[in-house]
Amino acid sequence: MTDHEQPSIDPSATTEPLDEGSTLFRDITGVGLDWRSALLVPVLAILTALVVSTVIIALTDLDALRMWGSDPAAAFDETWDTIFAAYKALFQGSFGSIRAISETLVGATPLILAGLSVAIGFRAGLFNIGTEGQMLVGGMCAILVGISFSAPLFIHLPLALLAGALGGAVWGGIPGLLRARTGAHEVITTIMLNFIALRLVDYFLKTSLFQAEGRDDPVSQTVATSARFPRLLGFLDRSDVRVTFGILFALAVAYGIYWLLYKSTIGYEFRAVGYNPDGAQYAGMNVAWLYVGVMAVAGAMGGLAGSDQILSVLHRGTPGFSAGLGFDAIALALLGRSHPAGVVAAGILFGALRSGGQQMQVATDLSIDLILVIQALIVIFIAAPALIRAIYRVKTGKSTEQLTRGWAA
Amino acid sequence: MTAPTKVEPAGGGEEQRSPAEMRRARNIGIAYLVLAAFVLWAFGIGSIGEGDAAFKLVRPTDRFPGFPDLVVPSAALAFIVATVLAFLGGIQLTRGFKKWTNVVLAIALLLFVFAFLGWATAGKSFSLVGMMQETVKRSVPIALGALSGVLSERVAVINIAIEGMLLGGAFVAALVGSTTGPYLAIVAAMLTGAALAWVLAVFSVRYRVDQIITGVVINLFVLGLTSFMTFRILSSNAHLNNAEILKPIALPLLKDIPFLGPILFQHNIFVYATYLLVAVTTYALFHTKWGLRSRAVGEHPRAADTLGVNVYRYRYMNVMIGGLIAGLGGAYFIQGSVGRFDENMTLGRGFIGLAAMIFGRWHPVGALGAALVFGFSEALQGKLAILQTPIPSEFLAMAPYLVTIVVVAGLVGKARPPAADGQPYVKE
Repeated sequence: MTDHEQPSIDPSATTEPLDEGSTLFRDITGVGLDWRSALLVPVLAILTALVVSTVIIALTDLDALRMWGSDPAAAFDETWDTIFAAYKALFQGSFGSIRAISETLVGATPLILAGLSVAIGFRAGLFNIGTEGQMLVGGMCAILVGISFSAPLFIHLPLALLAGALGGAVWGGIPGLLRARTGAHEVITTIMLNFIALRLVDYFLKTSLFQAEGRDDPVSQTVATSARFPRLLGFLDRSDVRVTFGILFALAVAYGIYWLLYKSTIGYEFRAVGYNPDGAQYAGMNVAWLYVGVMAVAGAMGGLAGSDQILSVLHRGTPGFSAGLGFDAIALALLGRSHPAGVVAAGILFGALRSGGQQMQVATDLSIDLILVIQALIVIFIAAPALIRAIYRVKTGKSTEQLTRGWAA
Repeated sequence: MTAPTKVEPAGGGEEQRSPAEMRRARNIGIAYLVLAAFVLWAFGIGSIGEGDAAFKLVRPTDRFPGFPDLVVPSAALAFIVATVLAFLGGIQLTRGFKKWTNVVLAIALLLFVFAFLGWATAGKSFSLVGMMQETVKRSVPIALGALSGVLSERVAVINIAIEGMLLGGAFVAALVGSTTGPYLAIVAAMLTGAALAWVLAVFSVRYRVDQIITGVVINLFVLGLTSFMTFRILSSNAHLNNAEILKPIALPLLKDIPFLGPILFQHNIFVYATYLLVAVTTYALFHTKWGLRSRAVGEHPRAADTLGVNVYRYRYMNVMIGGLIAGLGGAYFIQGSVGRFDENMTLGRGFIGLAAMIFGRWHPVGALGAALVFGFSEALQGKLAILQTPIPSEFLAMAPYLVTIVVVAGLVGKARPPAADGQPYVKE
């Protein structure tokens, strides 16, 4: 397979679409874009999303809305105060102090790993919506290793992470295998596997294997200290600075995925399948097994994200401990243009939104769900560069054309 | 209703079957034998001496309360079912059921469920009529979601956003229903569904954005916005989240039919609307000019365009009609069920609807049948807790999802979507 590495047929170097039928998926996921347009659209999208969510805050303030009729000045003041307080809290809660930065990184760690899980799929032309389930299964495997025995940190922690990655890889590999063997679309199978994983966690948390002693509710035993990520800034001796070595681990994994995708033969094949499955098949690649491989690697990333949730933050399992991060990861991967570096940057941004959102929820009467709205808006604007073009009258790279495939594929 | 429409070859005898079909026929045959062995082992031997299962077919408040219970000895039932299943497996493996394969499969699964209920009810009594009524109720939002999917995928627009349309519809139905009346709320919910469908259509038809991504984003957006507004508006204004629930309307005479009356004819308007919509869309899709054109747009848009069909208009129109229907499904959660909105209250019903659409092979009647299967499994979970079976409820809760995976993996016959599904159309 070495002849695949000749630059002349490197898919990312080609600017002209090979076939009309598969450009837009890449356009949205950022595959095959140059740096300038890869950056311009996300920045404008974030800006627009913040403006729109400001309007949403203003429009949902019932007290102020009632005042607009009688006392517009007071109503304006009140709305302005809310918006100002919200964004102030959002910033202070994400970057305003060491604790805030630490919380941002705590939030960013699983998001980066989960984002990689979705991004790898996009690179190979697969839509992995199953990160949520892969997080749950991987996290449960990590818990099992974490509670079953104790060992020195340098053995126990890697073992727990390995178990998490393997669990996620198996859970991700199933849809890959189904796709390869039967053509079942991964979007449907991964959505279904998410629900199955959720129920499996509910079930296993109540078995004697996991359940904490003396508890009737579904809560697992706490993982041994030797299986947890140590605090990164433990020398500060502050209990509220929770960031762990998990963030460094996530960055290392992101680099590893970058290496895998862009420097290794197997990564080349992953991208070739995403670029043009028929071409890859014609070039002698085993597309069916590549689908399994891609989904297994993506699942492993999801499993690591779930493991980090457990080993860095929660230390024990509760129902649905993945907390929707697997869905945030879809938005994140799109924002990060499916590139490991972009995923890291987007992960830190989403981590900041999450951490700032918590502060916002405390400081104002706005719920943290606003963050979901902002994230969704960002992706809407990224997904339709034509909208951004229309609003800002800028060129955003090539025009949108086509997409991937339907259910059949 | 889901029987394959394949035409038998004129010569009869051994028709040409593809390797995939042969493998599928063999797999189904083996599945029958495995099911037979399982029924024998788990339900037959397991319930010897545990007595009879009494299924209540009427409720004490019905017109004919004296209607007898259906009493079956659990062990004997299991032995009979196991024998029949083994027999079916034998035929399937030797000569096959040809075009009746799927019908036989459905009968086999029904028998299996019956044996299971017999085992679970051994020595007790169980309100079959209550559970079937619950099944019909619970299948409503799933069926409406699936119908919405059928309409938009028949014109080749993939609709992952059903979940968001249900949730958005439910929120608006709660808000409008609390401030005005229930019927206005239903209309508002339907318009909300249509508005979200319009967004889906604009992005996928006009901007040609990947439809799956658009759908996922709409779901995220609606989940975020409704949760945000629940916290910001509804939680501090309880009077805005207290909508009127529509009472069941019992159809005269029909309601008094023992067993069937309570199951089919003592429901609120949502149930009747669902069945009416299934009938209307089936007729419209397969017997009108509009339906023929819609299907042409989904199968071969270029050809449809050449013949003068406005592809874009049909896609916009059908996706938005689908939105109206999904919005109605959202209103069911409020006016048809609990009367108040809770964060993420649809709990993935839209995705189940999507699965029901695929299970039902993109056909309204098939989608309704699949929705009933999923509704049955939801209803069963609740009832089994009462019967105290040793089966964890989590596994029953998983069943619909597992079934869906089995279906899309083609183990129950290849489900074929409209040929152009998911592909935007560029007019030349």
